[in-house]
Amino acid sequence: MAEAHVAKPATMFEKIWRRHVVVDRPDGYTLLYIDRHLIHDGSYNAFRRLAANGMKIRRPDRAYATPDHYMPTNTRDKSMIADPNHKRMVVGLAEHAASTGVTIFDIGDRRQGIVHVVGPEQGITLPGITLVCGDSHTSTHGALGCLAFGIGSSEVTHVLATQTLWQRKPKAMRVNIDGPLGFGITGKDVILAIIARIGAAGGTGHVLEYAGSGIRQLSIEGRLTLCNMSIEGGGRAGMIAPDDKTYAYIADRPYAPKGEAWDRALAFWRTLPTDDGATFDREVTLSGPDIAPMVTWGTSPEDAAPVTEAVPDPAAAPDAARRDGQARALAYMGLEPGTPIAEIPVDRVFIGSCTNSRIEDLRMAAAVAKGRKAQIPSWIVPGSGIIKEQAEAEGLDKVFTEAGFEWREAGCSMCVGMNGEIGRPGERIASTSNRNFVGRQGKGVRTHLVSPAMAAAAAVTGRFTDVRRLIEA
Amino acid sequence: MSNDEKQQLRPFDRLTTRAVAIDQPNVDTDQIIPARFLALPRHEQVAHLFNDVRTHEDGSPREGFPLNGPAAKGAQILVAERNFGCGSSREHAVTVLVDNGFRVFIAPSFGDIFHNNSFQNGALPIRLPAERIREMLDHLARRPDASITVDLEAQTVTGPDNWTQSFEIDSFRKQCLLQGTDDISLTLSYADAIAAHERRAAAECDWL
Repeated sequence: MAEAHVAKPATMFEKIWRRHVVVDRPDGYTLLYIDRHLIHDGSYNAFRRLAANGMKIRRPDRAYATPDHYMPTNTRDKSMIADPNHKRMVVGLAEHAASTGVTIFDIGDRRQGIVHVVGPEQGITLPGITLVCGDSHTSTHGALGCLAFGIGSSEVTHVLATQTLWQRKPKAMRVNIDGPLGFGITGKDVILAIIARIGAAGGTGHVLEYAGSGIRQLSIEGRLTLCNMSIEGGGRAGMIAPDDKTYAYIADRPYAPKGEAWDRALAFWRTLPTDDGATFDREVTLSGPDIAPMVTWGTSPEDAAPVTEAVPDPAAAPDAARRDGQARALAYMGLEPGTPIAEIPVDRVFIGSCTNSRIEDLRMAAAVAKGRKAQIPSWIVPGSGIIKEQAEAEGLDKVFTEAGFEWREAGCSMCVGMNGEIGRPGERIASTSNRNFVGRQGKGVRTHLVSPAMAAAAAVTGRFTDVRRLIEA
Repeated sequence: MSNDEKQQLRPFDRLTTRAVAIDQPNVDTDQIIPARFLALPRHEQVAHLFNDVRTHEDGSPREGFPLNGPAAKGAQILVAERNFGCGSSREHAVTVLVDNGFRVFIAPSFGDIFHNNSFQNGALPIRLPAERIREMLDHLARRPDASITVDLEAQTVTGPDNWTQSFEIDSFRKQCLLQGTDDISLTLSYADAIAAHERRAAAECDWL
């Protein structure tokens, strides 16, 4: 084609989008093809609706299911799910998967886990694809260089029936992390710093591409954590260009291409990164070395500050709306303006969720817990059965249990509490999850978002502590 | 995620009703309906709209919460600050509002997934300039029983002081709402194009 050698520089998002357009309507709507569809127990009703309307799944070979939201994390026995409504979701998912031919990693299967942990772990998530799931944290998968976003239940039914979605093309925004991250700084600290900068609606209507030397430095686990919370910055999706770390991570995973197919795939994946000279609708740059361990103090993920700072004073807010918002957040959180974050006592710790339950997260928490004692109730909930096995093979479970932490089974657990695992009113929780919303972890519960290392530091000291003082460089 | 079988979409054209003002930014879908109610059948979720912020620990209504006021009765319009419906993709946040009678949400901006979910349930999310929203929220604080008119065909909102403001909406979404069309039936009319895409993609990316 004549235009091939004068092609305009394109962003990675643009390249992936273009390859998946089925129909471009003159009114600006695109019918977008979906390569892979992940399904969890909360989506059981989308299956039901499809069946009730007499429709069939177009491509059962493109859908993969695993129960996570309603899974108990103290047992692997379906019959132990006490709430009949919860049991219906878990059992119903398995029944629909069986009758439609959708692959399922069910309870009792070592591959079961949180859907956003299982996808990359199984090699279902690959560079260059479109991937959706009826869950907002689907942005996670973009860490491997694909376009992945969360959808609602009606859209889940639509994808099941047609393998496509109607979309208006989002805008593109690049977030650069310039310069190396400091010692002890994780993907979680980076994304909290980004959201604090751009705001909880900062990325609305945009796909976020994270770039720069601070991003390249992150492991794949750290990138998954970072992209996971793109939605907390309002982003439609988050993505990171694939590189040799990505290919090494994917190689040999069960659903990844093998042999000659791998070579063809790899050659294609290397064409994906954003071209030099491609333009974004918006760019933001943060300095990597300036990012410190972060803690949220309010009820939106944008309410985040370095552990070395203090709770803000609403009186100093730039406008009345923000003053009222901060005052309301501090009242809910039971915090006084000006309190140093490192002096806030914590009642409980939760380490887990699709944000931070991967093997590297558990290793970082274990490095802090080792030889110390948890001062408060502290849970470790691995992201999948496979991660649990691996952690046990490495002896991490022993480190945790000897330090007084509780070692549990895979699931979403206290991140969202749908399975009944919630805190008590007024309880203050250091949590490695993604949302510090009012009532997210139970009515009246006060959630502070932190990294796994910072959560472990809170566990062994009973308050927020700069983890850099507890570990060696 | 969601819900019982979807209800038939009701076409939307024009309405004039009272409005409930939620004068807060970043109202997330966890607040609109907390997670612990999501496994209930849809008709049982209806009582849990804004459950935890609407009531005290003992379940009694929190005075001053807009939905608890007398003017909220019969309101079909909700006006809120920026980033309304952010967070979790739970479609229940839209259906519980619809089942409580709301058909229009007006804010400076919305969470993207909530915005999409609204159309899937015959509800109309309208973005208006932040200054106009401020004016509406202030007016509703003084006069909670004020009426607002929304005309989808004309793409206008007429406020309590009789100002009229036009709004943008994708023509695709507008037609679907006006006709009460379900996306799936429309998409199935493109079945040949989908099959053609699949053949092309299978040749280009045979590892998938």
